[in-house]
Amino acid sequence: MTPEERRSLQLTAVSVREGILTGTHGAKAGHPGGSLSAADIFTYLYFREMRIDPKNPQWENRDRFVLSKGHTAPGLYAALAHRGYFPVEDLPTLRHIDSYLQGHPNMNTVPGVDMSTGSLGQGLSAAAGMAKGAKFLHRDVNVYALLGDGELAEGQIWEAAMFAAHYCLDNLCIIADINGLQIDGRTCDVMNSEPVDAKFAAFGCDVVTVDGHDFDQLESAFAAFHKNKGSSKPTCILMKTTKGKGVSYMEDNAGWHGKAPNDEEYAQGMAELAAARKALEV
Amino acid sequence: MADVKKVATRDSYGSALKELGATAENLVVLDADLAGATKTSIFQKAYPERHFDCGIAEANMINVAAGLATMGLVPFASTFAMFAAGRAYEQIRNTIGYPHLNVKIGATHGGISVGEDGASHQCCEDFALMRAIPGMTVMCPADDVEARQMVRAAYEMDGPVYMRFGRAVTRVFHSEDYCFQIGKGEVLQEGTDAAIIATGIMVPEAIDAGKSLAAEGISVRIINMATIKPLDGELVLKAARECGRIVTVEEHSVIGGLGEAVCSLLAENCPTPVKRIGVNDKFGHSGPAAALLEQFGLSASNIAAQIRALLGK
Repeated sequence: MTPEERRSLQLTAVSVREGILTGTHGAKAGHPGGSLSAADIFTYLYFREMRIDPKNPQWENRDRFVLSKGHTAPGLYAALAHRGYFPVEDLPTLRHIDSYLQGHPNMNTVPGVDMSTGSLGQGLSAAAGMAKGAKFLHRDVNVYALLGDGELAEGQIWEAAMFAAHYCLDNLCIIADINGLQIDGRTCDVMNSEPVDAKFAAFGCDVVTVDGHDFDQLESAFAAFHKNKGSSKPTCILMKTTKGKGVSYMEDNAGWHGKAPNDEEYAQGMAELAAARKALEV
Repeated sequence: MADVKKVATRDSYGSALKELGATAENLVVLDADLAGATKTSIFQKAYPERHFDCGIAEANMINVAAGLATMGLVPFASTFAMFAAGRAYEQIRNTIGYPHLNVKIGATHGGISVGEDGASHQCCEDFALMRAIPGMTVMCPADDVEARQMVRAAYEMDGPVYMRFGRAVTRVFHSEDYCFQIGKGEVLQEGTDAAIIATGIMVPEAIDAGKSLAAEGISVRIINMATIKPLDGELVLKAARECGRIVTVEEHSVIGGLGEAVCSLLAENCPTPVKRIGVNDKFGHSGPAAALLEQFGLSASNIAAQIRALLGK
């Protein structure tokens, strides 16, 4: 990755974070914390990693993305909008009555959404089904699923992991956003899922652990995924992240899991992101 | 009666899948370690590369089917009714029903005729659960001929379908030239004193009840309602207007199934006396299928008795 490419991704990630604040502020609800922890992975996937065509969202041979942690739709929508799937101006209609931007991803209303999600634990199974389908049809399609760390308490995640390994789904990339927080507090206190790496490895995945806010590390992780293709093993990327990343008062604070910023908080957050953009543009 | 042909509709399911598989290349079958019992093993033997065993993990299987459907495949996800409609209810509701994906759920071992396994495996709530999901088609065939045609019809339509098949063998009364249509009931016998609306393996019982009532001079209309949702409202209303009394029969709880669907329609459009025959808000228990059906009143003799009571005879 060249410095210019890195900077471009970083600038896009700032825009995605602005979109998250704008969406949740407009909705007066929603989930900014986990959207912000995943803003960099949304950016990396949609602006560097995935083979997609925003002008043709239903392109048969596109790579697929499943947001298993569906409540972080504000982050996905912001990335999709900036990638050109729909107007950025629509982001503040998030969760409004009659808006196509539903509170959780709806594949039938939002261009670019490959699977309707929201009920935790189900997205990885659907992604495994897509990966199995691609293999069955001999199509070179990669499938990416983004999971939350709180979500790992859902037993179905492990059913899906077992299925993915059993059917040698090396075209499946499981990405877990390990921000360490969930609604009721620290994940280690609510329901400790550690050691996550050993668990996914034991279930038959190749596990890579990275800093989820470092684009160079993300690039290496996806390089490992592509290198793994042919190994018959699914890849699992564990991203260490900070919940609320990029907005000072939200960082590492479980209280911002499912709460929208008020006008004052919104202004402060947008000012911080503007400053981050300015620093990158220098 | 020794030469009467009897087939369990789960066998029909397996053989219909195999038959369809010959031309339907996008048809894939999923099972959860029950292929021998659901009879998807018949398909598996012919097309092993298109049969995906998911192990004992029904929730995952249902969502894998959703993912497969988005790739243009037509998955038939198969397990017992209890574990499809019951255990995986929310997976079906949120990841098949809500996105309206083209997944077919083949649920075998519905109702108390599961027999010896007992209440834990006797699902009498599946119609209620599946009916409540917007856009879900819910069906239950009466015999082998209808079951095989139903599987083909389900494959040919676009959208989610729930089909319930039985474990126990049941009399084949349709001839091969029968033509099943989703959403259409079938009048098996005309009549004017009362109408019996039955589904699944209760249809042969209704036919037998009709015969004994005829001998007593009671004229009953017999309707086979294989599609529970969308209900053939026109046929139900016609029966209500022309017969004046309705008896519904299903191997399902009286709560939320065919009987309630008929009652809801009639209450709003043509108030008519109705007697619902079904499982009366109880769990089943172990026993031979035939003895259980008799004990729970899911029999020709009880249907006839209820008709007589409804007519004050």
